[in-house]
Amino acid sequence: MGENTGTSAADIRLAKVRDITRRHLEKGDSLIQILHAVQNSYGYLPLEVQKIVSEETRTPLATVSGVVSFYSFFSTEPNGKHNIRICLGTACYVRGGVRIADFMEDLLKCKAGHTTADGMFKFEIARCIGACGLAPAVSIDDKVYPNVSTEDLPGIIASYYKEEEEQG
Amino acid sequence: MAKYMRRLESVSDLEQVKQDFLEETSNYSYTVIVCGGTGCISSHCGEVMTALKKQYVTRGLREEARIIESGCLGLCALGPTVLVQPGNIFYVNMTPEKIVQIVDKHLVGGVVQTQYTYFDEASGEHIPCMDDIPFFKDQIKIALRNCGSIDYDSIEEYIAHDGYQGFVKAVTELGREGTFEELKKSGLRGRGGAGFPTGVKWESGFRQPGEQKYIVCNADEGDPGAYMDRSILEGDPHSVIEALMIGGYTIGANKGYVYVRAEYPIAVERLQNAIEVARGFGLLGKNILGTGFDFDLEIRIGAGAFVCGEETALLNSIEGKRGEPRQKPPFPFQSGLFGCPTIINNVETLANVPVILTKGAEWYASYGVGRSKGTKVFALAGDIKHSGIIEVPMGIHMRDIIYTIGGGIKNNKEFKAVQSGGPSGGCLTKDHLDVSVDYESLSAIGAIMGSGGLIVMDENTCMVDTARYFMDFVQDESCGHCVSCRIGTKRMLEILQKIVSGHGEPDDLENLKILADVIKDTAMCGLGQTAPNPILTTLRYFRDEYEAHVVDKKCPAHVCKDMLTYEIDPDVCKRCSLCSRNCPANAISGGKTEPYHIDQDKCVRCGTCISHCKFGAIHIR
Amino acid sequence: MVELTINGIKVQAPEDATIMQAADSVGIRIPRLCKYKDIHNIGACRICVVEVEGARNLQASCVVKVRDGMVVHTNTERVRMARRIIYDLIISDHPKDCMGCFRNQNCELQKLGYDLGVDEYRIQGERREKHVDISPSITRDTSKCILCRRCVTACRDIQKVGAIGTQNRGFQSVVSPSMGLPLDTTDCSMCGQCTVVCPTGALSETFHVNRVWKALADPSRRVVVQTAPAVRAALGEPFGYPCGTPVTGKMAAALKAMGFDDVFDTDWGADLTIMEEGTELLHRLTAAVSGKEAVLPMITSCSPGWIKHIEHAWPDDLGHLSTCKSPHTMQGAMIKSYYAEKLGMDPKDLFVVSVMPCTAKKYEIQRPVMGNNGIPDVDAVLTTRELARMIRTAGIDFCNMPEAEFDAPMGLSTGAADIFGVTGGVMEAALRTVHVLVTGRPIPFDNLHVTPIVGFEQIKEAEIKFENVLPEFAAFEGVTVKVAVTSGLAGSDILLKDVHEGKSPYHFIEVMGCPGGCIAGGGQPRTEVENFRELRAKALYSEDEGKTMRMSHENPAIQQLYKEYLGEPCGERSHHLLHTTYTPRGFFNERLNDPE
Ligand SMILES: Cc1cc2nc3c(=O)[nH]c(=O)nc-3n(C[C@H](O)[C@H](O)[C@H](O)COP(=O)(O)O)c2cc1C
Ligand code: SF4
Ligand code: SF4
Ligand code: SF4
Ligand code: SF4
Ligand code: SF4
Ligand code: SF4
Ligand code: SF4
Ligand code: SF4
Ligand code: FES
Ligand code: FES
Ligand code: FES
Repeated sequence: MGENTGTSAADIRLAKVRDITRRHLEKGDSLIQILHAVQNSYGYLPLEVQKIVSEETRTPLATVSGVVSFYSFFSTEPNGKHNIRICLGTACYVRGGVRIADFMEDLLKCKAGHTTADGMFKFEIARCIGACGLAPAVSIDDKVYPNVSTEDLPGIIASYYKEEEEQG
Repeated sequence: MAKYMRRLESVSDLEQVKQDFLEETSNYSYTVIVCGGTGCISSHCGEVMTALKKQYVTRGLREEARIIESGCLGLCALGPTVLVQPGNIFYVNMTPEKIVQIVDKHLVGGVVQTQYTYFDEASGEHIPCMDDIPFFKDQIKIALRNCGSIDYDSIEEYIAHDGYQGFVKAVTELGREGTFEELKKSGLRGRGGAGFPTGVKWESGFRQPGEQKYIVCNADEGDPGAYMDRSILEGDPHSVIEALMIGGYTIGANKGYVYVRAEYPIAVERLQNAIEVARGFGLLGKNILGTGFDFDLEIRIGAGAFVCGEETALLNSIEGKRGEPRQKPPFPFQSGLFGCPTIINNVETLANVPVILTKGAEWYASYGVGRSKGTKVFALAGDIKHSGIIEVPMGIHMRDIIYTIGGGIKNNKEFKAVQSGGPSGGCLTKDHLDVSVDYESLSAIGAIMGSGGLIVMDENTCMVDTARYFMDFVQDESCGHCVSCRIGTKRMLEILQKIVSGHGEPDDLENLKILADVIKDTAMCGLGQTAPNPILTTLRYFRDEYEAHVVDKKCPAHVCKDMLTYEIDPDVCKRCSLCSRNCPANAISGGKTEPYHIDQDKCVRCGTCISHCKFGAIHIR
Repeated sequence: MVELTINGIKVQAPEDATIMQAADSVGIRIPRLCKYKDIHNIGACRICVVEVEGARNLQASCVVKVRDGMVVHTNTERVRMARRIIYDLIISDHPKDCMGCFRNQNCELQKLGYDLGVDEYRIQGERREKHVDISPSITRDTSKCILCRRCVTACRDIQKVGAIGTQNRGFQSVVSPSMGLPLDTTDCSMCGQCTVVCPTGALSETFHVNRVWKALADPSRRVVVQTAPAVRAALGEPFGYPCGTPVTGKMAAALKAMGFDDVFDTDWGADLTIMEEGTELLHRLTAAVSGKEAVLPMITSCSPGWIKHIEHAWPDDLGHLSTCKSPHTMQGAMIKSYYAEKLGMDPKDLFVVSVMPCTAKKYEIQRPVMGNNGIPDVDAVLTTRELARMIRTAGIDFCNMPEAEFDAPMGLSTGAADIFGVTGGVMEAALRTVHVLVTGRPIPFDNLHVTPIVGFEQIKEAEIKFENVLPEFAAFEGVTVKVAVTSGLAGSDILLKDVHEGKSPYHFIEVMGCPGGCIAGGGQPRTEVENFRELRAKALYSEDEGKTMRMSHENPAIQQLYKEYLGEPCGERSHHLLHTTYTPRGFFNERLNDPE
């Protein structure tokens, strides 16, 4: 049904989504695992991607997006190049996480839950990233920054821009 | 990773692995354990490990010392941490430079580098040996027996520590009924929150008829501020695998799932590796150790929803659905995963099982008090000096946890409250410091043991704001299925927001109480049923703080911004202008002749000025 | 059986009964909101909580099962308090503008407040955003939704369409198509089953009431109304008649009193449909028995909900559909051609209103193929529910009206047409006529009812063997025709899977979009009666059996139509006016190819 056979870059990415879905279906994986795999590959789960998953898994589209919209890990918007998560779990909250989050909003000029205008960072609030002993904690991609203070933040952010420049 | 895979065909093959390992390691004079827990990874233990390995090669210590990476050693606040055996010398705050010196002077030179070991503030001295450190002294490690002492990646080392012997004992000696009877005798209760006796649960799984049954490990660990289960998965994944095998055998399931939250990538990776190695060793798969028992495991990863820790929501999530809880009854043991009988246990519960079988129910039951047997793992966090992971016998007093193990309150502030049990739990006060930490005593005062998060709060914490924080959390995590919780938590949050913003009315406290009671009484799942607990306990123990907010429109702890007024005392002000130069809102004006003054309409109550005034001229009112 | 005590009364109940069922059986009425009949019990609203001795929390009686020795209290202070607060919570997120709401006096949420004795709004707070989505058939107002999810069960679990589902979580939860898309961009079939189960004003048909009033008020237009068979079996219910009372005469009288110029019966169109569809079937069968290419099985096309569904779900199999338009559009086409000619009027000056049990027909009439020279066959579709409201607005005392007859010529019909409104009826009507055409004898079933396809099973089948055929149908001698009948879109998918794979053993399949057929259509009155399908079906069978002519080809008005205007069934003019084409669609309303 409506198989995408085009050859543009977008078509190729979507064809890959179909492929991944089929492979995971064969393994007997659940919808959530399929969505994880697809999001890993495609980056996020926009409507056209959900449509393919829906078609391949024979699950109604509204059911697929019901699952996507239930879980906070699934995103229907593109992520930034780097994913910042500021912990507001209890330990971090008690240790001043809100100040970090407020400061970050000002620094990035971007509200929590959104991606910066230049697409560099997606900035989210997390509920405990498991570094409670080192609260307040911030994670960027897979790296955890312990005991963060507002003074540290400009430097941390700048380091990502610097890295970006170095890579050209 | 196992150096070589060998398929174990029998129980004696397992014994052989143990002998081989012990023989192989008996030649080393030192074992260096580098903590590879998430806490220490974030304080860059990787660099320490690299430096250590390099120096070790340079100094030619291959025959002398064994280097391993372990799970969390417990004192994450002082990471990266390193333990050197023999002697249990505990080095803290390691850096690549320091570790080089430790190699040169301790491993080669034989001299303990006391200056890098744990520093005890009370005595003003370093305490090199782990066993003498107050943080560790009163702990009893059962669930954490291998965490931080073995290489999480070595199945041989796990086996050498009597690993997989619990399974052997269940299958060859106890039998299915004997196994759950032994657990019943041990008094082990579920560590996931509800405290249901594990042996009884397994017995009902055993008795439930069904062709296909499942056993599931709940590693969703959603309570913010808690990371006990993660520490176990990262530090001792085989104990969980072994326990699931024992559980599968007991109830008659040959398939298990571990549901891990997506926020724990390292735990997932280590568990996945452990499963593969166990499979390679023939400890998972068909005809395990020649016993005729088949069992295999799969990992399922969550996707960011706290409610999926609730067992029936978790089942829906494994099935790939929205993580909404199911109506109970039927209970999962009757109709669980894909409609089949299913037993669900928490990670820590499971980690206790193998050692209970090898050492016996009596041994386990000798720890603890009353109907709360054994130990409990806690994640100690918040305004406490030694935050980290601890394991203590049930019945220990809260005071000992906070002051002896935890070292007291950070920055020498006053203790105000401790929150146990996460968003479902309650806040306890100074008056409760001598409470015995066990299921019954905690619930008698409105708190719960919960899964083991202990958040310590100092005098600068506002309890109304804390209640608001927890309500914000649960309302954000409510699945939305039932009215009580979907709308009820929202309304409670709104009332609390109104109070902390200075618009509280006297009726609000009464309304909060009514809502809390009805939500507790009518919500469909545990999330909603326990959501009001933080409010109920703070209302009970900190009512004066609520009243201060509502009646006097004051936040005694100076936390609720909307109720604060920053003022400059003109008599103290030296007119140095530092405050006005740093005020982000340009709210401060003044000059050499004119005293400095804060325009309350412009002030955003950020507190910057206070921290810049060297003369203490600025006050909060 | 177990024994329990409810409010001090000993109650016997089956083991798998819920507390609510047990209470119902002894006349204790526990309030309820999210539960719907036996098909939807998810324990979401918590209004039905009761006290069970020994249980820590209150228990939701619609989902918790009885136990032997259980002691239940349904009316304690604790229970009343909890229900009050829960109701307050529900309406704290609700617009509460009953007087401006079409469900006023007919709303389960409103009635619940009345039952609970609510006398003030005590809880206030932020409300969810109001979002109104108007598709050709269905209107959604999310602000009135109480998230009972009955509609999701109807759409996803019963119809197996799943156009709507619960999105987001917690307070942000909303029942909606994927990512908040408008319903008419999705694969919604427009069947309206969701609107029947909705307890509040969150889901309704898209109203045509105003455009009908406007046409009635316009002196330059002749307003012609036609009513579908199933309407007469249910229209009495909103006026207090017991479920299953046929009100044909009252309905005709009310329509006349409202000022419609011609009051016709879609039964006439149904008879016409049988002539066309029966002939089409014979053509396809003749081709097949003589070894020529023929697309079989042929599938009925009179249910527009079904049509939209097959276009989305089985776009490659549209060739199996009969090309016949549905009865009311056939009739509309005849009103605007044949009847207009008779009247000597420009078809533009005619305004045709169909009163239907159906929401999908609102969508159907705006398909471009449902018209002639840019003039639609039908101008407005009223559901049974809308007609009831209009009768009320017009101030007509429905129950006390003297009965009236339909107008000629399109008011005359046979019994075969009446049963169009119930699953199996189209098939039975077709077989009655086809058998006579082929053999010259009536179909060999008791009272002309093809019993194997009567009833409410999901899939029904029958076989008819042609024996001693008329000479012109010699090729049919000894041929057995296999037929299948299903109602509800879930059943259609089961049959279509075989059709798609070329494995279907049938020659002719009847599909009705709604479970039970049009008597349970998406535009029918909402009812609490559990066996409402059986009762309404009985009403139609009694209409059928009460008529002297019970086979469509006997209808003299239809015979006259062919003589005067159409010539022969499936002839040139029929083809032009009474037959149609279909559009393959994928996800959303996107057309796969072959635009209309
Ligand atoms: C809202 C909610 C969240 C929960 N989260 C967890 C969790 O993260 N981990 C866990 O083991 N149990 C959690 N539980 C408890 C489980 O439902 C279940 O009781 C437990 O996994 C059973 O295992 P146990 O008997 O070994 O404790 C949660 C319960 C509720 C109501
Ligand atoms: S109590 Fe909350 S989380 Fe539990 S089912 Fe109800 S809405 Fe969902
Ligand atoms: S609290 Fe912040 S905004 Fe207010 S005066 Fe001080 S620095 Fe300025
Ligand atoms: S910083 Fe302190 S002393 Fe200096 S101007 Fe401000 S209030 Fe006065
Ligand atoms: S849906 Fe019901 S309660 Fe809501 S406004 Fe309409 S009539 Fe009133
Ligand atoms: S019910 Fe009350 S509010 Fe409604 S119209 Fe009557 S008097 Fe007015
Ligand atoms: S009209 Fe039918 S298909 Fe469309 S949403 Fe409602 S139930 Fe589903
Ligand atoms: S739209 Fe109606 S049926 Fe659907 S969930 Fe909302 S209130 Fe219930
Ligand atoms: S079965 Fe009847 S009411 Fe339902 S969609 Fe078809 S024609 Fe409409
Ligand atoms: S609360 Fe922030 S890392 Fe746990
Ligand atoms: S992670 Fe290293 S001590 Fe906890
Ligand atoms: S009717 Fe029982 S929970 Fe809604």
